[in-house]
Amino acid sequence: MSALISEPAALPTRPVSARLAAPLGPLLRSRLVGALASPHGVDRYLERFHPMWAAHDVRARIVSIHRETEGDAPVATLTLQPTSTWRGHRAGQHVLVGVEIPGVAKRYTRAFSISSAASGKGESFTLTIRAHDEGQVSSYLVRAAEAGQVIHLSQAQGEFTLVESPATPTISRSLFITGGSGITPAMSMIRTLLRDGYQRNGVAHAGRKVTFLHFARSAEDQIFAAELAAIAEADNGIDVHLRYGDQVFSEFELRRLVPDYKETDTWLCGPPGLVELVKAAYGDSTRLRMEFFKPVVARAARPGEEIEGDVAFTRSGKTVAASGASLLEQAEELGLKPEFGCRMGICFSCTRTKTAGTVRNILTGEESAVPDEEVRICVTAAAGDCHIDL
Amino acid sequence: MTDTISESTVIAERDANEKYHGLTHAEIDSLGAELDALRLRTIADLGEPDAAYLRKVVKAQRSFEVAGRALFYLPPAWPLAVASLSVSKILDNMEIGHNVMHGQYDWMGDPAFNSRQFDWDTMAPAENWKYGHNYMHHTYTNIVGKDRDVGYGILRMDEDQKWRPYYLGNPVYAFLLMVFFEWGVMLHDLETEEVFAGRRKMFGGENAPVWRRIRKKVSKQVLKDYVLFPALTGPFFLSTLAGNFVANIIRNIWTFNIIFCGHFPAGVATFTEEETENETRGQWYLRQMLGSANITGSKLMHVMSGNLSHQIEHHLFPDLPARRYPELAVEVQEICERYGLPYNKGSLPKQLFSVFRKIVRLSFPGGTSKAAPVRGTQAVTDDSLAA
Repeated sequence: MSALISEPAALPTRPVSARLAAPLGPLLRSRLVGALASPHGVDRYLERFHPMWAAHDVRARIVSIHRETEGDAPVATLTLQPTSTWRGHRAGQHVLVGVEIPGVAKRYTRAFSISSAASGKGESFTLTIRAHDEGQVSSYLVRAAEAGQVIHLSQAQGEFTLVESPATPTISRSLFITGGSGITPAMSMIRTLLRDGYQRNGVAHAGRKVTFLHFARSAEDQIFAAELAAIAEADNGIDVHLRYGDQVFSEFELRRLVPDYKETDTWLCGPPGLVELVKAAYGDSTRLRMEFFKPVVARAARPGEEIEGDVAFTRSGKTVAASGASLLEQAEELGLKPEFGCRMGICFSCTRTKTAGTVRNILTGEESAVPDEEVRICVTAAAGDCHIDL
Repeated sequence: MTDTISESTVIAERDANEKYHGLTHAEIDSLGAELDALRLRTIADLGEPDAAYLRKVVKAQRSFEVAGRALFYLPPAWPLAVASLSVSKILDNMEIGHNVMHGQYDWMGDPAFNSRQFDWDTMAPAENWKYGHNYMHHTYTNIVGKDRDVGYGILRMDEDQKWRPYYLGNPVYAFLLMVFFEWGVMLHDLETEEVFAGRRKMFGGENAPVWRRIRKKVSKQVLKDYVLFPALTGPFFLSTLAGNFVANIIRNIWTFNIIFCGHFPAGVATFTEEETENETRGQWYLRQMLGSANITGSKLMHVMSGNLSHQIEHHLFPDLPARRYPELAVEVQEICERYGLPYNKGSLPKQLFSVFRKIVRLSFPGGTSKAAPVRGTQAVTDDSLAA
């Protein structure tokens, strides 16, 4: 039992190459080396010698892949050894993972929550990922990736972390409400609390009262089932409540578990249905923190079908109904003045990021629903709801 | 074509028999459709071999660069060091930089090959160059008065440019531009001819950000090639400095020659602003074809020219990976034959001689005999040049 819980804590190990690279790091990141490697940057040369050598970029070698659940949408935990450039993460943060999907030679980048306890500089960590049918990256990482492979990373990011509200005594309760694979950031927090808490009679204690309320589709779909059972059983300050299938969230039940929940620091992460119910229960309480996932966007119209949906220009906060005209024209209708050049798709001056939604290339007719995709807005039209960083 | 009737009337009532550079409007439309189809077919086929090719070229370039820099520590190997560094810079600027910054490899999703993030080993900052090249030159190719690459604001490369005594120096200016080409390309984005015309400020206004990027990039390039790398070789400071200077000049001469063979050999057509207003997609394609020229040669020559030896294909499909141009050339040439269009190609010496002759001829008043006749009829002479 304790072995299970201490497993993430035992992870941080650094390979010889990383230890050797450490003293070189400051030199490789120096202005002198930067000036010599200009304009491409020192990493474009280091990568020629070894995929794990980096001065600024972050990459990681997959150490192992462990299946958590099977079924239609299996879940796996990937243990990653990052390059020495990894600055570590705080519990609850996520990381952007870039993988080159074989065959198409394209790199896709997606965000995944880190499931292991807070890590330090260059220390290994784990991602726990559910393979979605539409998710090229999640599917690839769970079903096809192999130990030894090197993947691209960002630094850890996100503000969904274990920061308590001001003037909250440490003896106060912490509350986690999660659904499905939304358990991963909360798991990182629980593991961190247990690792960094104290030992009582040889058992790790969170050092505070924690209520963990989780909703899963079924017992078979439950990620971290054995570890959660061990946590529930131990005298460690943590109450675990698992709900399956029809047992949806209700404010009545929450009030029974944590009567003063509106005054309790709460971390919420889960599918949109759960988030809506919990948000309603908390009203205007400032104690609820949430991790946001990509907005759900409407299905694209099929060719010939009328286009229905809204184009949201997220940076300017303006929205317009999709008309079939190019995104550039739609932005200009709203009075926005995005940069443009040829207006025929050859010069790339107007390239912008489509953060979510489906668009159609006016020249090729090709539709794409890939998130965080760069599109030339002069030859791209909305094919449903979509969000443009403009 | 060049009547005084308004453009909208021209579009609305195009005469079925009216010809534009030798083709009827129906023919131009079907030409555009064929080229669009060719483009789509290639895009659908992009994948692993294209990515692998680019990575291979980058690997070669980085190896030549590291070898070149290292060989300066070995004074007897100086010519080898210069050659290696020249090859590195040529590959970096042509097959990698020019093509990556065209967005040819954006589809790979690799930030190292993204047109918005890449910068090249030359004085011109990527951001400035992409505006002048990708947008101005590729959109308004060979429209005299709009394409700033016709003569680069200093040379007389087309007889429609009015002769002035200044142009007597045409061959001298061309020679200087060749030797210091990277500086010329860098200064080109300041649009000095617009400044002299009083339409643009030299330092303020639109030129302020252009200058800011130039200062940043040029100081980095100068620091690297003329201070730091020479200093790192200690006692060989001067020989390394000279070597870097020569490598930059070799790259300048090569790129200048390739680029001048792209649009200036005899037979390449230029266009007027009037005839290209309200241009259709097919007409745009036609202008790119008639306004560019190819260089024939070995595979090595194509790689070292960044496949700009396939200038016609590059201008038809500027955002398709350049390694596809040789295979596209076969089909484009076949299309040209079917439509009775000229397909301007020749060996490097032939095209260079043709460009040289034009530079000298146009330094004097008057002009050359314009584009080769299309379809052997009156076609070309009575439309574009009447204006």
